[in-house]
Amino acid sequence: MAHVASTQAQVRQQHYSVPQPMPWPIMGSTSLFLMALGAAFVFNDMRAGWVSIAAGFVLLLYMMVRWFGEVIRESEGGRYGRWEDVSFRWGMSFFIFSEVMFFGAFFGALFWARVYSVPDLATLESQALLWSGFSAHWPSAGPGFAEQFSPMSAWGIPALNTLLLLSSGVTVTFAHWNLIANQRGKLLLWLAATVALGVTFICFQAYEYIHAYHELNLKLSTGVYGSTFFMLTGFHGFHVTLGAIMLTVIWFRCLKGHFKPDHHFAFEGVAWYWHFVDVVWLGLFIFVYWL
Amino acid sequence: MSAVADTHGHAHDAHGHHGGYSGIMRWITTTNHKDIGTMYLWFSFVMFSIGGLMAVMIRMELFSPGLQFFNPEFFNQLTTMHGLIMVFGAIMPVFVGFANWLIPMQIGAPDMAFARLNNWSFWLLPFAASLLVLSFFMPGGAPGVGWTMYAPLTAQMGMGMDFTIFAIHILGMSSILGSINIITTILNMRAPGMTLMKMPLFCWTWLITAYLLVAVMPVLAGAVTMTLTDRHFGTTFFNAAGGGDPVLYQHIFWFFGHPEVYIIALPGFGVISQVIPAFSRKPLFGYASMVYATSAIAILSFIVWAHHMYTVGMPVTGQLFFMYATTLIAVPTGVKVFNWVTTMWKGSLTFETPMLFACGFLFMFTLGGFTGLVLALVPVDIQLQDTYYVVAHFHYVMVAGALFAAFAGIYFWLPKWTGKMYNETLGKIHFWLTMIFFNMIFFVQHFLGLAGMPRRIPDYNLMFETWNKISSLGAFGMGLAQLLFLYIVVSCIRNGKPAAQLPWEGADSLEWTHLPTPAPYHSFETPPVVK
Repeated sequence: MAHVASTQAQVRQQHYSVPQPMPWPIMGSTSLFLMALGAAFVFNDMRAGWVSIAAGFVLLLYMMVRWFGEVIRESEGGRYGRWEDVSFRWGMSFFIFSEVMFFGAFFGALFWARVYSVPDLATLESQALLWSGFSAHWPSAGPGFAEQFSPMSAWGIPALNTLLLLSSGVTVTFAHWNLIANQRGKLLLWLAATVALGVTFICFQAYEYIHAYHELNLKLSTGVYGSTFFMLTGFHGFHVTLGAIMLTVIWFRCLKGHFKPDHHFAFEGVAWYWHFVDVVWLGLFIFVYWL
Repeated sequence: MSAVADTHGHAHDAHGHHGGYSGIMRWITTTNHKDIGTMYLWFSFVMFSIGGLMAVMIRMELFSPGLQFFNPEFFNQLTTMHGLIMVFGAIMPVFVGFANWLIPMQIGAPDMAFARLNNWSFWLLPFAASLLVLSFFMPGGAPGVGWTMYAPLTAQMGMGMDFTIFAIHILGMSSILGSINIITTILNMRAPGMTLMKMPLFCWTWLITAYLLVAVMPVLAGAVTMTLTDRHFGTTFFNAAGGGDPVLYQHIFWFFGHPEVYIIALPGFGVISQVIPAFSRKPLFGYASMVYATSAIAILSFIVWAHHMYTVGMPVTGQLFFMYATTLIAVPTGVKVFNWVTTMWKGSLTFETPMLFACGFLFMFTLGGFTGLVLALVPVDIQLQDTYYVVAHFHYVMVAGALFAAFAGIYFWLPKWTGKMYNETLGKIHFWLTMIFFNMIFFVQHFLGLAGMPRRIPDYNLMFETWNKISSLGAFGMGLAQLLFLYIVVSCIRNGKPAAQLPWEGADSLEWTHLPTPAPYHSFETPPVVK
């Protein structure tokens, strides 16, 4: 019998599940087209564009609910075995890698401004020809920015946020362990804790933005410091929001009894994503807030 | 061969009910890698025609000195959109079309790993392309900033610029999703026994290309996002008054832009690496060194980007570093060229159309590589920056490199795809017309550039007239020759003679040896065993 079991393990799964045609992809393209069109109009002061954006967004939500719903049904119906699972793992890894590179562009801009462009604007040549009296320092809003602003300090809310996100990385791991041990109650509890930490983070971040705009006079348009600060933290916050929504979906799926101790890539994929936003935050905390 | 018979039976099944969709909905909803590959190929031909039309308009304007047909603003829009459409709409999709058709068949997979995502990767393209082309009809017209979209020019354009930015976002999404799919397919879907080092070289070059795409398309997305916020939300990434720097844009753009050159070229290398052995009736010389050379090119492509910007005021140390790194790329590229030539050495050569295009590729692409080495040298580049010499150089790489490889691949696999043979005589005529007219357009542009004619300008000094006339006549001829190509392909599909099971006796990858001609709708539902 042992022999039979081992040969069975060696035989590779023979059929890869190639899905049936579906209309959702083109709906996704249509929605992106509508949103892009609308945004281009709105950015150029044509308010009618909002209609297009709204239509596109509704379509996008509908598309995601239907598409993901179909995949979830297939997954729970047992259509995805080990072979498909490995595909999902590769796919998610490279998706996260592409996200890392996206943040890389903005970190690159930050380092360029700090190491190169701001100091360069204070060299003798720039002083003589362009902006006399500009001295290089960070944070800087550049030589053309007249108003005063205060930079965001690292050891208030940002430090607290670091603690929140790092803890949420731990809680999501506890949730994972409980999923593997088939302890559904604890799984739901730890996952809920993760979502709660994430939502608290987002709320703190929103409060921080209000604080920046109203009390520090720190805006998106506050030179290169404001640009890099808000674009980096903004895109990160957007990713945390997405991650929190995904975790919430996973929570409801756990509640409905989805996933098995040995088959739950949706959970793991979201956990990977959550760790990814965590790591990006560490980069932000160090290079945007702290140093 | 049982797998073949098996899949053939299923093929009829599947033809009956394409998941319940028929007519146009079949194409819109399809999850079949061959359907999607076909759509990619036709889409890229449509974009190639639109971009080609713009090229002909550019050459019309440049036929004589002075302003003939278009005002300078519109001329700039033409050069910009010609570049964007050819790069993102024609050359990149044509090779994704090849990837879709061939990778599952070459590695013995049932389909791509993510068949629905594959559909989405394609269907994002027509929408993005529409945004791009629609920008012509917006107030202010299409962006006239050059395909590189440098700041601060991009701060000044009208709404068309925003259309272009969003088009780039969506094109980038398409590329990233498509690349993730290709990587996963190659890493996870290979048939038992098909080890990585047994894969046809086309799969290898695409694996590496897809990796490059996932690494750099998000960076381009970041660059155009910063452009967008600089335009509309008061950020100052590229504005020195706010502490930013226009040169920063160039760095970010070319960090994407240089790997992009290899994204365009590498799949073509893969095609050539399969066509040349087939018509030399010899295995590829130095398979392993080809794989390593391709990887080396990909790695080096990340550290050479600033050779596009020697004249921005870079420190000499930076210039030297990027010059040495760039010239280093000649080593793995040289390995490739020597391997191709050595494959032909003492082979039983025949010169059908695919082989003619492959040989054309070999000569012309190598010329483009040599002018690239010339331009990599800082002192020379400072003289040649933004002249027609640069235009000639990259068209030798893009057209004679990538496009010729695409033609070689299309003629090579057309019998496998359609089950019919194209007209060999017409194919050869198409090659020779393309070859002659291509050189007529671009060879003379080397002289124009060396004499100092700047690019992206609708008017020029009288002394440049003769070469410009020759170049323009070549462009008109090249355009007409592509109509012949369309005719050859359509008449092959409609009433070509049935192709033999193995039309090229030297071809030895799985799609030729393990599948009937034409390839069935579903390739390998159960994986073949590869020895």
